[in-house]
Amino acid sequence: MALDREQKEEAEVLLMGNEAIARGALEAGVRVAAGYPGTPSSEIIETLSRSSETGKLYVEWSTNEKVAMEVAAAASFAGLRSLCVMKQNGVNVASDFLLHLTGSGTRGGMVLVACDDPGALSSANEGESRHFARLMEIPLIEPADFQEAKEMTRWAFDLSEQIRNIVMVRSVTRMSHASGNVVLGTLPALEGKAEFLCDGPLSDPERGPVVSAPVMAKHRLQQEKLRKAIALFEKSPFNAYSGPEKPELLIITSSACTLYSREAVSRLHAEERAGILKLGTTWPLPPMLLKRHLRKTQKVLIVEEVLPFLEDHVKILAAEQAREIGIKTFYGKNDGALPTVGELNPDLVADAVGRILGIDPPAIPAEYGEKLRRLTEFLPKRDQTFCPGCPHRASYWGIREALQRDHRGGFVCGDIGCYAMATLSQAAGFHTAKTLHAMGSGTGIASGFGKLGPFGMTQPVLAVCGDSTFYHAAIPALINAIHQRADMTFIVLDNGGTAMTGFQSHPGLDVNAMGEAAPMVDIAAICGAMGVPVTIEDPFDLIGTRETLNRLLEEPGVKILILKQSCALSPEKKGKKRFLMRVDDTLCRGEACGCNRLCTRIFRCPGLLWNRERKRAEIDEVICAGCGFCAGICPAGAIRSEEAAKP
Amino acid sequence: MRVNLVKDPYNIVITGVGGQGNVMASRVLSNMLVRKGFKVTIGETFGMSQRGGSVMSHIRVSSASVWSPQIPKGAADLIVALEPIEAIRVLAGYGNPSVKVVVNLRPIYPVGVITGEEEYPSAETIRATVTALAAEARFLAATEEAIRLGNPILGNIIMIGAVAGLGVLPIDREIFERVIRDGMPAARVEGNLRAFAIGEASVALKSPPSQ
Repeated sequence: MALDREQKEEAEVLLMGNEAIARGALEAGVRVAAGYPGTPSSEIIETLSRSSETGKLYVEWSTNEKVAMEVAAAASFAGLRSLCVMKQNGVNVASDFLLHLTGSGTRGGMVLVACDDPGALSSANEGESRHFARLMEIPLIEPADFQEAKEMTRWAFDLSEQIRNIVMVRSVTRMSHASGNVVLGTLPALEGKAEFLCDGPLSDPERGPVVSAPVMAKHRLQQEKLRKAIALFEKSPFNAYSGPEKPELLIITSSACTLYSREAVSRLHAEERAGILKLGTTWPLPPMLLKRHLRKTQKVLIVEEVLPFLEDHVKILAAEQAREIGIKTFYGKNDGALPTVGELNPDLVADAVGRILGIDPPAIPAEYGEKLRRLTEFLPKRDQTFCPGCPHRASYWGIREALQRDHRGGFVCGDIGCYAMATLSQAAGFHTAKTLHAMGSGTGIASGFGKLGPFGMTQPVLAVCGDSTFYHAAIPALINAIHQRADMTFIVLDNGGTAMTGFQSHPGLDVNAMGEAAPMVDIAAICGAMGVPVTIEDPFDLIGTRETLNRLLEEPGVKILILKQSCALSPEKKGKKRFLMRVDDTLCRGEACGCNRLCTRIFRCPGLLWNRERKRAEIDEVICAGCGFCAGICPAGAIRSEEAAKP
Repeated sequence: MRVNLVKDPYNIVITGVGGQGNVMASRVLSNMLVRKGFKVTIGETFGMSQRGGSVMSHIRVSSASVWSPQIPKGAADLIVALEPIEAIRVLAGYGNPSVKVVVNLRPIYPVGVITGEEEYPSAETIRATVTALAAEARFLAATEEAIRLGNPILGNIIMIGAVAGLGVLPIDREIFERVIRDGMPAARVEGNLRAFAIGEASVALKSPPSQ
C-alpha cells in the first residue's frame, strides 16, 4: 500500500511486516540500503526504492548478499546510516565479510535485516540466521508484531551507533509477509555528508583504517561492545512480561511465536496459570532480566521455531543462576514438547501448553469433525507448477527431448529460482533435473561431475542457472569448469529479471533498483570473454533448441547455451496473449492417437485441459497465456495458434 | 464510529489459486476494516507458494489487539473462496459448525486433474459438500461476471462485494470506494466499483441468478 515519504505522520495504517521494517529504517534516517532479492525479505528494499532520492537515500539490488553488505558497510564507514537486507541463506553468503566487519566495527549506524523462513514456505532450506549473531558476536533483536518491526528497526540504528558495531534484526516469513496496524512516526531531515576519516592510526576505531587487525585488540573491543549491548538490553522496553505474578508456567518466547503463545494461552483460558516473557533482545540475553522472571516459577516452556537457540541460552543462564533461582524444569525442543523442524502455529503451542498444564485445547464437535473428514477426503491435491506461458516449461521440454534423443542418461544440475521447481516436483521438469542446492551450486556440481569421465561416468552433464543467479554465484563456478576442462553443458535460463521474487532488477537490465538508467552487463559477452563459444536460442523454438542441445551434448569441454525468453509474468507480457490457441477437433484424435495424451498427461501446462466426456484436448481460455509453444508439441498438429490482434 | 464485531477476533480466510488476486482481495478487505478503526492482522505467504499452488490469506479482525497471523485449526468464521475446491480444502482445516462460506464456482484445474491422475469433483458435489459443512453457503459465478466486465481478475473484487453483502462485517460500498480510490490508478476505479456492486447484489438477493 501507499508507503513513502509523503505518508502522514501519526497515521495508523495497514503495513506488511517488511514495509514496517522499511518505514523504521526511513524514520531512522537511513541513507544507503542494499540487498539481494529473496523471499521473504524482498519487499523491504522494494519499499525503500520507492522512497529513494539522489543525495538523500541510495538503494540498490546488489549482485549478491555479500556485495550488498559491503556496499552498506562503506556508507557506515563514511558516517552514514546504512541497511543491508537478505533472506536466511543470504547471511551465509555474506558471512565471510560479516566475520571481518564485526571485528573492524562500524561508524554510521549499520543494520542487517535477515528474514528467516521456518517451514521453508519459499525456500529450499529452513536454515536460521539467529545462530550467526552468536557466532559473529553481534546483538540480535527480533520484533514480535508490526509496530515493533518498525520501532525496533529504528532503534537498531541507535544501538549500532552506541556500540559501534553492526546490529542484526531478524524477522520470519510470518512477520515479514504478515500485515497489521502500524502508527507511523516522524521522518527526519536527511543531512550529513559522507566522509571516510582514515588518517588516524590502526588502533583508532574512529579515525584509523577500518580493519579487523590487530586481531586480539579488536576482538577484545568487540566483546566490550557486546557487554554494552547487554546493559542496554536489561532496560529494553522490547522485553516484556505479561501474566500473573506467580505463574504455574513461564513461557519465554520471541518473534512471531509471541503471537502464537498469546493465542495458545487465550484458547486454553490459562491466563491465570501461564505468564509470557516476550523477548525482543535475544542475543546476548540480559541475565538480570532473565533472573527476575525465572524466579517466578519452577516450570519454564521456551517457544521458538526450528532449533533450540533461545532454549539453550536460557538454560545456560539458569544453570549459572541456579543457586539464586532454584532448579527449573524446562520444556521446549529437547524434551519434544515442540518440534525441531517446521514452523509453529497457535495449535502446536496450545497443544504443548495444554499438555504441561493438563488442559485439553478446544476441539470442534466430534460429529462435525467426522462429517468434515468424510466429506473432504476426496479433494484432488494442487501441486505447484510452472505458470501458463512460462519459458522454463519450454526449456525443460527442449532439454527432455534432447536427452531422450541422446540416449546416454544425461541429467540436469538444478539451481535456485522458479526453475528449481523442476527438481522439487519432478514432473514439472519432465524428470530431467536431479540436484538442487545453493545459488550457483548447479554449475559447481556440474563442473565436478564433468571431471568424472576418467572414472567411468558416461552420462552427459547439464547445469541450468537463471539470469540473476548467473551474476550472483554462477560465474566463479563457470570459470572453474572452463579452466579445469570439465565436460558440461551450461544453460542460462534468461527470462529477463529476478522473476521468482517479483521482477527486481539485476545487472543484465538497463535499469537499477531506483528506476534509473544503468549499463547492462551482458551475459553472452561475459561468457564469450571466458573463451567459450555461446549459442543463444529461444526456448519457444522447440526444434532449434533441441537441435542445438543435441549438437552441444556431443562436444567435449564446457558448452554454453543461453535460452532467452521473457517470464510470462513480466510487465511487458502479463495479461497479453501473443497467440489465440485452439484445438482443432478434426485433427485431435484423442485416445485413438497413440500419443497417450502427451499434451495434458506429460506436458502439463495448466492452460490445456482434457475433456473426459469428449475425450479431446481443450484450451482453457482464462488460464492460457497464449505463448503458442504447445502448438509444436502435438504430434497430430491439432493445437493451432493464431496471431492475436494487437490491442 | 466503530461498530462492534459479531465475534472478536473475527477470523476470515480468503483462499484461491496463485494468480487469482488473493493478496489484493485480502489487502482491500483489510484496509476497509483498518479505516473503520479495527486492528487487523493478515497472515500470508508469497513466493514459491503462488506458482500454481493453493494460496490462503488469514485475516484476524479485532477491536483491541493484534492476533496471530495464523488462524487456529477449526476457527474460521468466514471463508471466501476464489476457487471452489479451495473452499473445501480450507473447510477441512478451519471449518466448524458456524462457519459461513462464499464460493466462486469457476474451477481452476490442478495439474493432477489435467493429467488425468485425479478427478475434479462435479459442481453438484462441491455445492453439496460446502452446504453440508457450512452454517451459511453462497455460490457465485464471479469469474463469468468478471469476464463480462472485461477482466477475469475482477472476480476477487466481486467476492469482496459479496462479503459486504453478507452483512457480517461493518463494511460498505462507501468505504470500499475510499480504499480503491486511494490505492489504484483512476482508470481502474470504475471497473472495481462495478465488480463490488455485482458481488454485493448477488448475495443480497434471496435466490440470486447464479445460485
